[in-house]
Amino acid sequence: MKALLWRDLALAVRAGGGFGLGLAFFLIVVVLVPFGVGPDRSVLALIAPGILWVAALLAALLSLDRIFALDFEDGSLALLATAPLPLEGVALIKAFAHWITTGLPLTLVAPALGFFLNMQPAAYAYLLVSLAIGTPALSMIGSFGAALTVGLRRGGLLLSLLVLPLYVPTLIFGAEAVRRGVDGTGAAAPLMLMGAITLGCFALLPFAAAAVLRINLR
Amino acid sequence: MLQVRDLRCARGGVPVLEGVTFDLNAGEALILRGPNGVGKTTLLRTLAGLQPPLDGTVDYPEATGAYASHADGIKTALTVTENLTFWAQVYGLTVPDTVFAAFDLDGLRSRAAGTLSAGQKRRLGLARLGVIGRKVLFLDEPTVSLDAFSVRNFAGWMRDVHLAQGGCAVIATHIDLGLDVPTLDLTPFVAQADATGGSDEAFL
Repeated sequence: MKALLWRDLALAVRAGGGFGLGLAFFLIVVVLVPFGVGPDRSVLALIAPGILWVAALLAALLSLDRIFALDFEDGSLALLATAPLPLEGVALIKAFAHWITTGLPLTLVAPALGFFLNMQPAAYAYLLVSLAIGTPALSMIGSFGAALTVGLRRGGLLLSLLVLPLYVPTLIFGAEAVRRGVDGTGAAAPLMLMGAITLGCFALLPFAAAAVLRINLR
Repeated sequence: MLQVRDLRCARGGVPVLEGVTFDLNAGEALILRGPNGVGKTTLLRTLAGLQPPLDGTVDYPEATGAYASHADGIKTALTVTENLTFWAQVYGLTVPDTVFAAFDLDGLRSRAAGTLSAGQKRRLGLARLGVIGRKVLFLDEPTVSLDAFSVRNFAGWMRDVHLAQGGCAVIATHIDLGLDVPTLDLTPFVAQADATGGSDEAFL
């Protein structure tokens, strides 16, 4: 399992691996928003957490179809399926590698981008914590979606349609946690609910992903 | 070591082969032959466990089988050594130094796999079989894009290393590998046109 994690990370940072793609997309979306809504600082401060959460979600979506598609195309996935690694473990590790290469960097740069959007100082910590709790769920749900669409040509669009609705609860609780943190009305409840979603995803989705991979490999 | 009884397998929901029966002992290999589309790949995938058989049994000791497909499963951004090391680690082993010489990869160790020629990539794909230490191999057209020298080299490894150490192999190929092993023509096992049972209906 460790070997697979290292391989996926090595592939992500080498040429054509797509590391930084999601990050650059995140940056561009956040920079574009003030051009769209105008430079009114009070409006920007109000929408900053929501914009950052939506942008992070779209940036995570960008690299999802690579999770299994590349391994499927070059035949590695069939070889991994016959290897002693359980496919459930493969799905889990690949989601984790996806999180390290997209979710983690997004979480770390989000506060810096919050500065561009004139986010209130109280919101920074809540944004960081909510993204840290929520983005692993995005990767795990995405890995399931990628497993569903792995054999399809141009499966990326279908993948987005399948996965985005599943992202809704994480998005709602994530943005709500930041808003409540700023208001001082208690962010613990949305953070805990989001944590429960993340843990539930990691407990159940590797099995679902492995099951659909087996069907897709037939 | 490998027992196949009355195996019936399907491709895309259509039964292609039925009644396939054979035995292999340690140190034996079997060459599969038959025209394109007869079901060689389907049979090998079923034997390797990638798809369930419609009927019949495949029996070999647990955790001894390995499959090699048309695709080599190598990562172009990794070097030759990194590719082999990855597969060795997946199987909990280390790369034996002899494997580079056996598959004529000695001068290519630190080359990125993306810069290899088609034949060299194939040799790297086959070298994977030398590092994973599996006894029962299911090989699908292992000699595609290999030159005559590499084919002899691979046949030599198969005979002198793999089979000599008590392994066995089922190999689908169209060329003469120069191995002194039995051949199984799949044409007589083609499923009847009206054969049913391959549908996924129960699942859907």
